[in-house]
Amino acid sequence: MKTIYLDNNATTQISPEVLREMIPFLSDYYGNPSSMHTFGGRLHKKIEEAREMVASLIGALPEEIIFTSCGTESDNTAIMSAVESSPRKRHVITTKVEHPAVLNFCRHLSRKGYRVTYLPVNNLGQLDMDVLVKSLDEDTAVVSVMYANNETGVVFPIREITEILRERGILFHTDAVQVAGKIPIDIKTLPVDMLSLSGHKLHAPKGVGALFVRKGTRFSPYIIGGHQENGRRGGTENVASIIALGKACQLALENIREENRNLSSLRDKLENALLKCCPDVRVNGDAENRLPNTTNLSFEYIEGEAILLRLNEYGICASSGSACTSGSLEPSHVLRAMGVPYTAVHGSIRFSLSRYTTDEEINKVIEVMPPIIKELRQLSPFGREKLSCPSS
Amino acid sequence: MWEYTDKVKNAFLHPKNAGEITDADAVGEVGSIVCGDALKIFLKIDKETGKITDAKFQTFGCASAIASSSALTELIKGKTLVEASGITNQDIADYLGGLPDQKMHCSVMGREALEAAIANYRGEAIPQETKEKVICKCFDVTEDKIRKVAIENHLTTVEDITNYTKAGGGCGECIKDINDILVDLWSVRKPEKPPKPRKLTNLQKIALIQEIIEAEIRPGLQADNGDLELIDVEGPKVIVELRGMCTGCAMSDVTIGRIQEKLRELVSEDIVVESQQ
Repeated sequence: MKTIYLDNNATTQISPEVLREMIPFLSDYYGNPSSMHTFGGRLHKKIEEAREMVASLIGALPEEIIFTSCGTESDNTAIMSAVESSPRKRHVITTKVEHPAVLNFCRHLSRKGYRVTYLPVNNLGQLDMDVLVKSLDEDTAVVSVMYANNETGVVFPIREITEILRERGILFHTDAVQVAGKIPIDIKTLPVDMLSLSGHKLHAPKGVGALFVRKGTRFSPYIIGGHQENGRRGGTENVASIIALGKACQLALENIREENRNLSSLRDKLENALLKCCPDVRVNGDAENRLPNTTNLSFEYIEGEAILLRLNEYGICASSGSACTSGSLEPSHVLRAMGVPYTAVHGSIRFSLSRYTTDEEINKVIEVMPPIIKELRQLSPFGREKLSCPSS
Repeated sequence: MWEYTDKVKNAFLHPKNAGEITDADAVGEVGSIVCGDALKIFLKIDKETGKITDAKFQTFGCASAIASSSALTELIKGKTLVEASGITNQDIADYLGGLPDQKMHCSVMGREALEAAIANYRGEAIPQETKEKVICKCFDVTEDKIRKVAIENHLTTVEDITNYTKAGGGCGECIKDINDILVDLWSVRKPEKPPKPRKLTNLQKIALIQEIIEAEIRPGLQADNGDLELIDVEGPKVIVELRGMCTGCAMSDVTIGRIQEKLRELVSEDIVVESQQ
């Protein structure tokens, strides 16, 4: 059975070009870039080339890019650096819908005595900018707001936030893990101070990420060790993965606008078809302001894990915000923060596409999804009066 | 991803007895859409014999909730109400070849739906949950339910309670209360573990060690083409000889350690196991 992979906000396949580029550095060129001999030392140049490519994707300078091990490390590093750089300030602002890499790090800070404000969102998943403005004070060390939400794809008004913060001189970090490579980012005109990205979300391997730190921003390293990354991140470089990340960023930059169009048209096709032929389905999040590859739908009266496992029988990979899939017993914190009713949270399914998603794959999902929904609803004690499905 | 057994997967993909009985003699309903799972069962009962002639279910929930509901209806069909009321949540889990720990609450839900249906048939009032003390507000779990499930399944940790009832799995505020209940519960009675015999005569002790080796240790070793023989018991010292693939096995120290642990648990704390070369 062929896998239909529509869970690209969780992770992506390594693109073949990226894999080809990195393999020699896992086999033949195993040197240490810090070495004096040519065998190792010349890898240093490859890393700098990769740094340029990553910088180009977001319009940054190469020296503003620090390679890390993942998006989580980038996020942790950014927030920690911000609070360490201004030790007298004890207030951090973030949102209720962040990825755990930011959310749980902020909870950790609050246990250490920091004051943390978690900004609410409305039922479309949009930030309330008034609350942000009211929460700012002289004690605020850093604001960390994700560029786009991983579950709903809702894009936040980063430009507006930077404008509010710049007048007040407060550091701003954005977790752009879901955005890098999906929609254009130009750091030259977007005054964020720090920005995180992750390799495996844009067709590079897992285990590599990057943190953009704007030139002139005070920085304090999180991983302390050797002089790598200009003393800003200790640890022997993950050479092959860094080279892969460079290549992946180059590919993303080359194709971003065209891919964007294709993705949103496939996504819309899928979404519209499911909305049309399944009753009691809702789109979660601001549909006008979303990543082009993401749709988060709630199927009322049934539970997400059951839907996922039925899809799994067809090789279709997606994800859900239901409690049963979270590993805990709590459903998605993002959908709950948006005030999505429990009935809809438990039945939420996220499809996230990639450049490798085909029309044929989308057709297959459109074909199998309505009967799955119908069958599970026939099992359910709820919503029984509404079982009709026009297309099936 | 949950590690579901093939039986769970099969019961989820092809559930038996799904649907509703419009003229049911008894209906039992538990759970809620808010909590993420809910189950409604319908029974047809022969008034003469007291036998359950038909059972159907409707379930809102994950794969294991649907599979547990299917298993429950399979288990009770053809049984008398008295027989059916003896079915435990463990029976449901066993019927499915086991459930992941975190999903045991699905089997508990099945049992509760059955209880509710039987109470409904007998015209008994369904226990007034609201009058009881609610411990977990996120999932609306009462103290009585926690105690009952703990006793029936010999649960001793808060994590177990969460796996079986969901209590404590939400905001976590009630974790201390659950712990207090467990402390209170098990300070009065002990979880049913095989009692450790005290003050054995030397002969009894040797016989017991021999029995444990035969029943609990050798089958595992033999499965890996190894074996073991009890050579002698001198006070706390138990001398054994490893045989077959166990001889010279790099893991033999680990094996001896495990045997010692087992014997210390079941016979006496001071046992030292040595292997004869």
